Amino acid sequence: MKTLLGLALRSAWNRRLTLGLTLAAVALSSLLLLGVERLRADLRASFAMSVSGVDLVVGARGSPVQLMLYSVFRMGEVSQNMSWASVQWLEQQPGVAWTVPVSLGDSHRGYPVLGTTPAYFDRFRYGDRRELRLVAGRRFEGVFEAVLGAEVAERLGYRLGEQIALAHGSGEGPTAEHSDRPFVVVGILGRTGTPVDRSVHVSLQSMQALHLDWAGGAPIPGLAIPAPMLRKFDLTPKSVTAVFVGLDNRAAVFGLQRAVNGHGGEALMGVLPGVALDELWQLVAVAERYAQLVSLLVVAVGLTGLVAVILAGLNERRRELAILRSVGARPLDIFALLALEGGTLSLAGSVLGAALVWVLVLMLGPWLQANYGLTLASGPPGATEWRLLAGIIAVGVAAGLLPSWRAYRLSLADGMTPRL
Amino acid sequence: MADTAVRLTDLRYAWPGQARPCLDIETFAVAAGESVFVHGESGSGKSTLLALLGGVLLPQAGSVNILGTELTRLSAAARDRFRADHAGFVFQQFNLIPYLSVQDNVLLPCRFSARRRGRALSRSATLAAEARRLLAELDLEEPLWRRPVTQLSVGQQQRVAAARALIGAPELVIADEPTSALDAARQAAFLDLLARECALAGATLIFVSHDARLASHCARSVALADLQRQAVAA
Repeated sequence: MKTLLGLALRSAWNRRLTLGLTLAAVALSSLLLLGVERLRADLRASFAMSVSGVDLVVGARGSPVQLMLYSVFRMGEVSQNMSWASVQWLEQQPGVAWTVPVSLGDSHRGYPVLGTTPAYFDRFRYGDRRELRLVAGRRFEGVFEAVLGAEVAERLGYRLGEQIALAHGSGEGPTAEHSDRPFVVVGILGRTGTPVDRSVHVSLQSMQALHLDWAGGAPIPGLAIPAPMLRKFDLTPKSVTAVFVGLDNRAAVFGLQRAVNGHGGEALMGVLPGVALDELWQLVAVAERYAQLVSLLVVAVGLTGLVAVILAGLNERRRELAILRSVGARPLDIFALLALEGGTLSLAGSVLGAALVWVLVLMLGPWLQANYGLTLASGPPGATEWRLLAGIIAVGVAAGLLPSWRAYRLSLADGMTPRL
Repeated sequence: MADTAVRLTDLRYAWPGQARPCLDIETFAVAAGESVFVHGESGSGKSTLLALLGGVLLPQAGSVNILGTELTRLSAAARDRFRADHAGFVFQQFNLIPYLSVQDNVLLPCRFSARRRGRALSRSATLAAEARRLLAELDLEEPLWRRPVTQLSVGQQQRVAAARALIGAPELVIADEPTSALDAARQAAFLDLLARECALAGATLIFVSHDARLASHCARSVALADLQRQAVAA
């Protein structure tokens, strides 16, 4: 075997250009397959870790997935808000331990603004029930105070005391700025790897104050209330986007959900985060399968190329194989020599592909985090990735047996004098 | 039996799918240490004869006895091992493996045969030393030893092939048109060298060619047509 390994290596080195390109093809196709899987798994993990400890998300009736995407992941939007009266009603329900209302719709330079209560900082959990942590400053207390997510502060280079202007809408396209009422940065949160990093947090009262003299998404002409006067108004919010609800006893969640869904005053819905996520994955699963199918096909193409290259090289190598026969190589040795080549190439190719995934995650991870709030794990491959890797290698080795078999037949037929 | 290197008896071989045998030899014997020239036209079954002697092919009938061992009774793997242990081959051209150095080409049989490795080591301290001894013996100067074989002339390549056939002192050296790529002057020089080295090593030399003029380099000369039974020769 050692004899053959040495020969196989030197023979391969002799054809290094062709084999190198083949290796690259196998590596790139493995990269695609493993990368798609990594992205898929991390996307799920990233979503799943974005919210924890919230038992029910309540909002105006509509699509549960949409409400989740908007209120937790700041993606898309919802058409209806729920009234403040309903928030107060919700607080009164038996078994409710806490409620955190959230209000979305404004933005600052593309980053979403989240209006909420100070309880948000106590109640919100992410990942493995981890709490939010301030790395600088304090929570917002009065109006026009903002607490920044880590990404916002880092990207825009904001420090405590900085004045920022919020904009109406998502911040894309023509937006109206609330430049007459700047916010002061009073706190900066530690990094969480969730959409919190990309959010600007303000109080619900600030949000209300911001829109006092606005109607229909634009300032009311001729009605401009100076900022100092605002405090004299009733700043109780009229409506919010959603309410996060925590229960004393999680088992009561279905009872509360029934109560919410049957609430007489306003059409509401209660969404269990886990159930909504499952629903989301069912939607996404089709696209995922498609991506997996395509990447599997690409791997098949890569391995077919590998077999084709080895087979094509076989004719040029018939004399080499005949010489090996004459010095005593058995047909089985010839078989092993080629199987070794195919096996080594698929092994090296797929491992190289896995390494490329790792490099890409390291390179693209920060960008994905900054723009989409998605966290890619740069750790070792997960169970599915190991299985895929093993699968590529197994199929590659099996496919490599085809040229080996042909070489075996040839060396039996040729003996020591190749019939060319 | 050790004084007979090769003995073919009532041998018949036909290629698959062909009714007429390609070889039909009543008897052919070569004594140990003898050098025999076998003359045969192209397509007369020379390569088939060598494949039978090397144990790569088995006859449909008759016996192939090499150095007292009946090849037809051995398994395919045992015949491969027997060939590696006891026979060295020199072919027409492109005899060498392009990606191995001169020295590694010479040492190739020692990779596959422990017996020849042992015999090579009984002559020189290391395998490399034995390869160099043979290369020097065959008039290949030291600067050539580490060159890629593709940079050698055909004549040099054939001498490397001869060194490979001789390493580990196999009892039988079989040469198949080893000079057809050489010019006349070099043909004679190469054959004299090969015959001399075989004699020094005590190896039996069987040299097959279509060129009857080369017969003078061997002690005995036979025509393959004369070995064949009349029915086939006709």
